[in-house]
Amino acid sequence: MNSEERHIFSVLVENRFGVLARVAGLFSGRGFNIDSLNVAETHDSSISQITLVTHGDAQIIEQIYHHLNRLIDVIEVTDLSTAGTHVERELVLIKVATEDPQKRTEVLQVAEVFRGRVIDMKPASLVLEITGDEGKLKAAIDIFNTYGILELARTGKIAMLRGSEF
Amino acid sequence: MELSGAQILVDSLKREGVEYIFGVNGGAAMPIFDALYGETEIKLIPMRHEQGASHAADGYARATGDVGVALATSGPGATNLVTGIATAYMDSIPMVAITGQVFTHYIGSDAFQECDVIGVTRPICKHSYLIKDSDEIADVVAEAFHLAKTGKPGPVIIDIAKDAQIHEALFQYPETVDIRSYKPQVHGDPAQIAKAAALIKAAKRPMLYAGGGVVLANASEELRQLTLKTQIPITVTLMGLGAFPETHPLAMEMPGMHGSCCANYAFTDADLVIAIGARFDDRVTGDLSKFAPNAKKIHIDIDASCIGKNVPVDVPIVGDAKKVLTELNKQVGIADIDPWRNQIQEWKQKYPFEYEQKADKVMPQYVIEQIYEHYSDAIVVADVGQHQMWAAQYFKFTEPRQWLNSGGLGTMGFSLPAAIGAQLGCPDKTVVNINGDGSYIMTIQELVPAVTMKLPLKIFIINNMYLGMVRQWQELFHGKRYSAVDYHDNPDFALLAQAFGATGLRVEHTEDVVPALQKAQGITDGPVVIDFIVDEEENVFPMVPAGAGLGDVIRGLS
Repeated sequence: MNSEERHIFSVLVENRFGVLARVAGLFSGRGFNIDSLNVAETHDSSISQITLVTHGDAQIIEQIYHHLNRLIDVIEVTDLSTAGTHVERELVLIKVATEDPQKRTEVLQVAEVFRGRVIDMKPASLVLEITGDEGKLKAAIDIFNTYGILELARTGKIAMLRGSEF
Repeated sequence: MELSGAQILVDSLKREGVEYIFGVNGGAAMPIFDALYGETEIKLIPMRHEQGASHAADGYARATGDVGVALATSGPGATNLVTGIATAYMDSIPMVAITGQVFTHYIGSDAFQECDVIGVTRPICKHSYLIKDSDEIADVVAEAFHLAKTGKPGPVIIDIAKDAQIHEALFQYPETVDIRSYKPQVHGDPAQIAKAAALIKAAKRPMLYAGGGVVLANASEELRQLTLKTQIPITVTLMGLGAFPETHPLAMEMPGMHGSCCANYAFTDADLVIAIGARFDDRVTGDLSKFAPNAKKIHIDIDASCIGKNVPVDVPIVGDAKKVLTELNKQVGIADIDPWRNQIQEWKQKYPFEYEQKADKVMPQYVIEQIYEHYSDAIVVADVGQHQMWAAQYFKFTEPRQWLNSGGLGTMGFSLPAAIGAQLGCPDKTVVNINGDGSYIMTIQELVPAVTMKLPLKIFIINNMYLGMVRQWQELFHGKRYSAVDYHDNPDFALLAQAFGATGLRVEHTEDVVPALQKAQGITDGPVVIDFIVDEEENVFPMVPAGAGLGDVIRGLS
C-alpha cells in the first residue's frame, strides 16, 4: 500500500517571473522529491511547460497533484504516468576522453550503437549527443564510463501523451 | 487622466470597497501614505508595529468577512508583517498585504531596507505580486482581492517598487477579473453528494464535524439546517466555534486535544464522520491510527489538497460548503439513531467541562464563565495558550464570527491588534479580548492606537504569571522543569494600562471578579484592561496527550 512509484507530471504554467520558484518551493516546503525538472517556453510564448519527475506513494502523488494545481500560476497539471500512454525522452551530452586514435575509433563505434551524434571533436576528447529514455541513457553512460567520461550534462525528462490523448 | 502609482493604488482600493488600512509608515512606502493623507473614504489606521497592522487587518477580516488590508514599508516593515501573514494563511483569512519596495534599479543590490519579501513570504501566502510599473497596479489590485476572497481565502501580497508608486500612469480599473489558471471548484459533484446522502441515511452512529471553513463560506445557516433536519450530533472545531450554537442539545462542543470528552468519544465510536470545512488537524485527531477507526468519512472542502491529506476519505466532495450543504440538505431527513443520541447525551452529562474551585484562588475558568455571563453577545478575540482553551471551553458561542483566534499558526500576540480590527469592522458590537499575560505583552504597544481611537475594548488578562500552556506541558511531560516560563517579573498590567491612557483594574479575589466586569461594562470611552490574577498552576483539562488517541483523553477531575 505504501509502495513508492515514479510519476511524470506535465505542468503548464504562466511564463512569468518567479513561477519556477513557487513550484520548487512547494516541493521543498512540503518534503516532496524532485528527481528531475525541465522547464521551457511552449509554442505559446505566454505559457511554459514544466516536466517534473517525482516519486512517492499514492497519497503523496495525489498531494503533489493537488498542491501543484493550487498554485495560482499553474494552468494545468497532468500526471502522465496515469493519464494514458506517453512518450518520454531525455538528451545527454557526454564528453569522452579519446587520447589515442584506437580508443577514439572504439568510442565512435559505441556511439553508433546508441545512435549518438558527434557534435564536437578535439585531439584528446569528443562530445556526443544521445537522446532516449532513461534505460538507454543509463546503458550508454555505463559503457562510456569505461572509456572515461570527462563531463556530462543532461536535460531531465520531457514527455507527452501519445496521439489524441490530451 | 494620469495619476501617480500611489494614487492609482488608493483609487483601486476604493473600488474594492476598502474601509480601513492598517499600517506603519516608512521610506519605501511614503508615496502611498502620502496619497492616503487626508483621504476620507479609506481610513488609515496607524499601528505601532507592522505585526499589529497585519493582525488588525486579519481581525477585521475575521469579524466582517471582508478583505483586510495591511500596509508597510520595505525590508523590516515587510518582515514584521510576516507573522501576521502566516497567521492569516494558516486560517485561510482574506487579506491583502501591501509593501513598499526599494526603487526598481536598486532591487537585488542589497540596498538600504531592501528585502526580497516575495521570496520570504512565498510559502505563507496564497499568491504574491511584485510591481515595477505604475500601469500594472490597478490590474494587480483587482486580481489580488479576487484571489484573497474567492476559493479558499488567504493572504495576497503586493510589493510595489517606490518608482512605480511615484510614476504616473492612466488609471483604468478592470470591471471583471478572469485568471485563466484560477478556477476554484465551488459546486460539489452531484454524484458524490448523493453518495454522501446515502451514507448518512445508512449510518447508525453518525456525527457532524464542522470547522472554520463553514464560517469562511458563510455556511452556518446551512450547517444548522443540516443538523436540525437530520438531528445528528455535531462537534465544531476551535476554528468553527459559533457556526452551530454550543447551547443546543445536539452540540457536543469542541473536539480534540482540549476538547470535550463527549466529542472525542463520539469520534472513537462513530460509524460515519461528516467533515465540513475541517481539515483533520493533528490537534483534533490525536494519533491518526486510533482516530475514528470504525467510521466512514465524508469530507466537504473547497481545497482538494486538504482532502485525504491526513485521513483517508470515503466520499470526498470538493466545493464551497454553502453550495454543497444546500444540495445535501435537499437529500437528507431525520436520522433513525436514537440509541446513539442517547449515548451522546449520557457522555455530555457525565463529562462536562469542569474544574475545582480552590480556596483563596481566582480560578481562570470561573473568570471565563463570568465573562460569558456578562458578555454573551460579544465578539471574543482570544490569544494563544491556556486562556484560549478555557475561553473555547467555557464561553458558549452561538454565532459565527463571534469567536476569533489564531487556531492554525497559534500566534501569541495576535489578539489585541485583531480586536482593534474587529472593533473597527463591527462598531456596534462589544469586543472582548481574552488574553494571557505572556501573549498580551507581545503586542502590548497596540494599546496606543486603541486608546487614541477611544475603542471600547474589554481587555481581560488571565494572568497566571507563567507561559501557562508550556508550563503545563513541563509539569506533565518534563518533570516540572520550568524552563523559561516563569513570568513573575510581569509588570503591573493595571498600572501599565493607565500609563497608556486606558482604564486599568486588577482583580486578585474571586468576589471582585463580577464587580470588575460590571465596572468594565460601564466604560465606553476607551479600552479597559482588567488584570485577573488567577491560580498559577491550574491546568487545562480534558487533555489528549500529544501522540495519544482520542479515546485516551485525560479527564482531569475523575
